[in-house]
Amino acid sequence: MTAETFDADTRKLVPRLGARIAVRRLRPLALLAPSLVALGLFTYWPVLSVAIDSLYARRLGARASVFVGLDNYVRLLRDDKFAAALINNLIYIAATVVPSLILALAFALLLRRSTVFNRALRALLFFPTVVPLIAAAALWTFLFLPTIGLIDYYLGSFLPVSVNWIGDERTALAAISFVTVWKNAGYYMLFYLAALQAMPHELVEAAILDGAGPWQRLRHVILPLLAPTTSFVAVIAFIQAITTVDHVIVMTRGGPSDSTTLLLYYVFTTATEVHDIGKAAAATVLTLALLLLVSGAGIRVFERRGGDAN
Amino acid sequence: MRIRLRIGAAFLGALAAAVALLWATPFLWMLVASFRADSFGSLEMASLLPPRSPSFANFRAAWDAGDFPVYYLNTLIVVLGTLSVQLVTISLAGYAFARLRFWGRDVLFYLFLLQLMIVPPVLILPNLKTVIALGIDNRLLGVMAPYFASAFGTFLMRQTFRSLPRDFEDAAEIDGASLLQRLRYVLLPLARPALAAFAIVSVVAHWNEFLWPLIVINSPGERTLTLGLASVLGGAEGAAQWGLIAAATLLVSAPLLAAFLAFQRQFVDSFVFSGIK
Repeated sequence: MTAETFDADTRKLVPRLGARIAVRRLRPLALLAPSLVALGLFTYWPVLSVAIDSLYARRLGARASVFVGLDNYVRLLRDDKFAAALINNLIYIAATVVPSLILALAFALLLRRSTVFNRALRALLFFPTVVPLIAAAALWTFLFLPTIGLIDYYLGSFLPVSVNWIGDERTALAAISFVTVWKNAGYYMLFYLAALQAMPHELVEAAILDGAGPWQRLRHVILPLLAPTTSFVAVIAFIQAITTVDHVIVMTRGGPSDSTTLLLYYVFTTATEVHDIGKAAAATVLTLALLLLVSGAGIRVFERRGGDAN
Repeated sequence: MRIRLRIGAAFLGALAAAVALLWATPFLWMLVASFRADSFGSLEMASLLPPRSPSFANFRAAWDAGDFPVYYLNTLIVVLGTLSVQLVTISLAGYAFARLRFWGRDVLFYLFLLQLMIVPPVLILPNLKTVIALGIDNRLLGVMAPYFASAFGTFLMRQTFRSLPRDFEDAAEIDGASLLQRLRYVLLPLARPALAAFAIVSVVAHWNEFLWPLIVINSPGERTLTLGLASVLGGAEGAAQWGLIAAATLLVSAPLLAAFLAFQRQFVDSFVFSGIK
């Protein structure tokens, strides 16, 4: 090979190499592009777009929209229905997150040994996770019926009064919360089971040797070790309590007297029934803010506690 | 002492069994009521005793009240359509985050994870606008589109690819396999358990979804199972046809319940994964 032909080859090669480097540079972008397009259209842009919409007065169908500044927010905060939705949702969060975590932990502790018997019981507890929430709502609508419903039929003889669980504004939110707890406790149980299995046995055994009773072991050894799981499950349960209202739509339609109107249900009806897009947009923005603030804080707690899901 | 322990264990076992049975009571009622010859309005509707002569009358009534073949088909299209697109997007993005170094990678990854918090149901209002602008409202594609990217899936694939040794890939690269070939023939076969786990979670989530399809879909011909169930409920509740409602609920839930019973281990493992997000 003469120097001349070598040079010619190199010269031919160099631009190709440059092209290959360019391709390599673009490679991450190309691989991420399909996801980024979908996320852009349906996660990032909508956040921006709903924030913009919340500053305009617009009714569905009307072409023109007028810039009104924070007027939608002012109207929203003056709306008793929105105040009710916010308060109901806060109650609903407390009434679903706490009981479902306690039940999930209790189930996991009861069924932590992997026997055939326990696995069958775990399956029963997990059943509600697999069915649609609206199927659950259909079943519970009947179970909660006064007189002919299952609860009244079997418990009616023990209770002095017949309760119209979802028809009475004093009990409706509790009934909705109960359905949520029933639906999710078995799912959260799985995380506690996984965490219990990963737990170092020596620590629990050491506590037994030190003479710690079951309650002390739970309080001082097991619960602290489960703390990352707890804060993590709490975040999931919290997100669930803000973003799922299927059962409200089917069981109560927010009633009676708005006692089960939750934030997302408020957004849904304000947009689809009242057609007040500006106000629904403002309500979405506040809901998003609550969602991001609390779950962001929860994740930070989770990370600080040294929880490592990876 | 030992006897006391054993009594304690027996007590806890009995307690667990009682709670689990209580938990499953709604399903028991669904099963019993749907096979009972219709007794609507009757006080015995709530009875959990199995019917003396099982009848399919409620299923026939439910089948007539809704267009179930169409609902099943639409749900299948939504579930499988969403899943197939997701498998492509999460594999590509998961690979990029696991194996490539590029500017802004970590920031971008956190931006992906935002989807775990800002889930599509909260964005029904702006997403409906987008879907209308794209001309896919009132179509199954509109139901699927917001889920084409999955932060959970991307995260899962990133973790999985990271755990695989690079040797196989390097060998394939020396043999001249392109990136997509390496992904398709080397990495994805090794990632099959993770793909299956993702598939289970995705199928269950989209089979069961209600609010977003409710907003996107208007015409009865595009209804999914959950929308169909809601419309059957709307008609039957006023008439107190609880046997029909139980049967319709069973029709909607049975496929996933059966799949869960058949693949319990895989379901449980997948759902534990679904938390690792």
